[in-house]
Amino acid sequence: MFEGLSERLGSVFDRLRKRGALSEADVTAAMREVRVALLEADVALPVVKTFVDRVRERAIGREVLRSVTPGQMVVKIVHDELVDMLGSDSQAINLNAPAPVPILMVGLQGGGKTTTTAKIAKRLRERDRKKVLMASLDVTRPAAREQLRILGEQVGVATLPIINGETPAAIAKRAMTAGRLQGYDVVILDTAGRTSIDEGLMAEVRAVRDAVNPHEVLLVADALTGQDAVTTATNFHERVGITGIVLTRVDGDSRGGAALSMRGVTGMPIKMLGVGEKVDDIEDFHPERLAGRILGMGDVVSLVEKAAETIDAEEAQKTAERMMRGSFTLDDMAAQLKQVRKLGGLGGIMGMLPGVGKLQKQMAGANVDDKMLKRQEAVISSMTREERRNPKILNASRRKRIAAGSGTQVQDVNRVLKQHQDMARMMKQVGKMGGKGALAGLFGGGGGMPAPPQGGGMGGGLPPMPGGGMPGLGGGGMRLPGLGGLPPGFPGKRK
Amino acid sequence: MSAEPASPERKGWFARLRDGLAKSSRRLADGITSLFVKRRLDAATLEELEDLLITADLGVETAAKLTANLAREKFDKEVTGDEVRAAFAADIAAILAPVAVPLEPREIANKPFVVLMVGVNGSGKTTTIGKLARQWTDAGKSVVLAAGDTFRAAAVEQLRVWGERSGCPVIEKPHGADAAALAFDALVEARERKADVLIIDTAGRLQNKAGLMEELAKVIRVLKKQDPEAPHATVLVLDGTVGQNAHAQVKTFREMVNVTGLIVTKLDGSARGGIVVALAQSQGLPVHAVGVGEGIDDLHPFEPDAFARSLMGIEG
Repeated sequence: MFEGLSERLGSVFDRLRKRGALSEADVTAAMREVRVALLEADVALPVVKTFVDRVRERAIGREVLRSVTPGQMVVKIVHDELVDMLGSDSQAINLNAPAPVPILMVGLQGGGKTTTTAKIAKRLRERDRKKVLMASLDVTRPAAREQLRILGEQVGVATLPIINGETPAAIAKRAMTAGRLQGYDVVILDTAGRTSIDEGLMAEVRAVRDAVNPHEVLLVADALTGQDAVTTATNFHERVGITGIVLTRVDGDSRGGAALSMRGVTGMPIKMLGVGEKVDDIEDFHPERLAGRILGMGDVVSLVEKAAETIDAEEAQKTAERMMRGSFTLDDMAAQLKQVRKLGGLGGIMGMLPGVGKLQKQMAGANVDDKMLKRQEAVISSMTREERRNPKILNASRRKRIAAGSGTQVQDVNRVLKQHQDMARMMKQVGKMGGKGALAGLFGGGGGMPAPPQGGGMGGGLPPMPGGGMPGLGGGGMRLPGLGGLPPGFPGKRK
Repeated sequence: MSAEPASPERKGWFARLRDGLAKSSRRLADGITSLFVKRRLDAATLEELEDLLITADLGVETAAKLTANLAREKFDKEVTGDEVRAAFAADIAAILAPVAVPLEPREIANKPFVVLMVGVNGSGKTTTIGKLARQWTDAGKSVVLAAGDTFRAAAVEQLRVWGERSGCPVIEKPHGADAAALAFDALVEARERKADVLIIDTAGRLQNKAGLMEELAKVIRVLKKQDPEAPHATVLVLDGTVGQNAHAQVKTFREMVNVTGLIVTKLDGSARGGIVVALAQSQGLPVHAVGVGEGIDDLHPFEPDAFARSLMGIEG
């Protein structure tokens, strides 16, 4: 339904590429697309307007006119400006205050406050070695306090004993007293969800704030939020005063423009992202990634990091070295297939790649799915060690045996072999490019790529998964896991 | 419209929705009014109007359509803010009219009428179930609730409280139990109790989580083993503050679990729920009701005229 900015700008930029120069009229046309793309990403209109004006100012003029590929330049300016607006560095939760440090969680109903409270508590306990106490001030929603108590047990963080009939401010005070007496470092106060226009409830949360004087007031907001994000953020900021934003449900497929809206109107930093239902699913905020996502350019950086986390680095390094030398065995291929599955299957990888919309359609057409990965693994594991090392010996009767052994057809075996050949050939090419060039090859689908890695996303060259090769799960897809061994070189590439 | 429960709340709902929408729609209305005291409808004005509709989450496409409509009739004519608002409200109401279908458990031979509630996390499924249970109990039906959110901490407890409030039995299993198994057992038990309606709660899930969506499909498969007609209604609960992602939500849930209608919640806040208009155009699914608060009576039938007028900030 929503194409990324890159696709949206496609026609505009095609024209630009040919002419190599950018007039004011071109910029205006491009900015119209930028505006729609941002609106469809749920960035609030006032923020979009400010943003587009800023970009326009920077885009018309020398910077762009002199650049070789103005189209890419515009996307880069948009992207940089977006990163700039989102906050150029990530800010952690500030605990620089006398213990117990009170943290107040506020937000609308259903935004994910309670879950986020538990996630942050767990993180502070494990990463920062803090002694954390959680208290739920939600006396409105049925079983809300019970929910926090259970979550506390799950994450191993203490919760304030529940006493019925107290006001939220009284609970908050009791929590702080308990925190002081029992030597806690941090006290996190989870409030009831409230609409920002309910005066009574806003007064209640102000009363809590005045009672405990929180060091951080975190607005927990849903990444799925639409235009209302500005109203909610402004109201909470004006009436309670927030110090940071936690964006939840970032693991959904929304563009997350709400983040830009809220950051734009409050000026407060986005501190954390909730990225799943499990208690560990919380991450630091990285402006570049969210910028890429809002623009629909995928999240290659996250993919690489995830790959780095999931993949056995040593193993990957060995594979990479072998690949460079041009020897890529069926064992290597099997290892890669396994890694793709570990990364969350094709779906997981696809979600993080630029230009996925088109690709996903192609994949659906070619009937590529995770089952196929398993089947391919089965084919390979039905081969003898000898066969895996030297596929050349695979004659017809061996192939028949392998097909029978893996519950597939001879065609499937052939397909795996063909694919292995393609991959080996490509690996060799990558090897020849060597060093950084290889990386550029992996990402940009071609050497000599200009500065921003995102450039690869906007050009025609869909980076690592060339659509054409899809049917057999064409080589490109397989290259990704190999990245695991290479990230040291990658961060150097993005600024 | 729908046969409403005869309660003194009758007059209240429109007022409440309007109060809820008041601040935000007032801004929209003020915006429109300040655009025109009385002036010629030109291209620049049209663009500003389109922007105002976008800020209500109507989406770029729907906003463009509505503005184009207005332009066709009134371009280059002298118009006032009131006229423009009335024109928009009428167009929006016309878009919404066909989707305003109340959710009413039919009398069926093979009782109970099974309602499955689905939606993303935090959209308000459990609260909405509490409200529906009350409405239908008041209407003289016997209602059984199934605490199918076996994932989130204290979700079962939350539904139990709602069950007590409306006097409905709640069927539950321990935390972490299989949701499909619970649904199956709940249907068996609801049958034994000869209940008219069974409402099944489910854990919130984002529509892009294929595994979780598959789990939901399994709940339905299991229900169908007992009653091929079940679930008789599958309701997607949509957070009124949601933006353009609502399109993806409705589309995916519809593909996976054959959603039969929507309930839009949290319209008592500053969000305007304009996405409903865009959804009516793109998906055409029935909108059953709107949630306007946390109280047990804060669920009301969806009335297109009132909604459209509220959205545009027209009094009365």
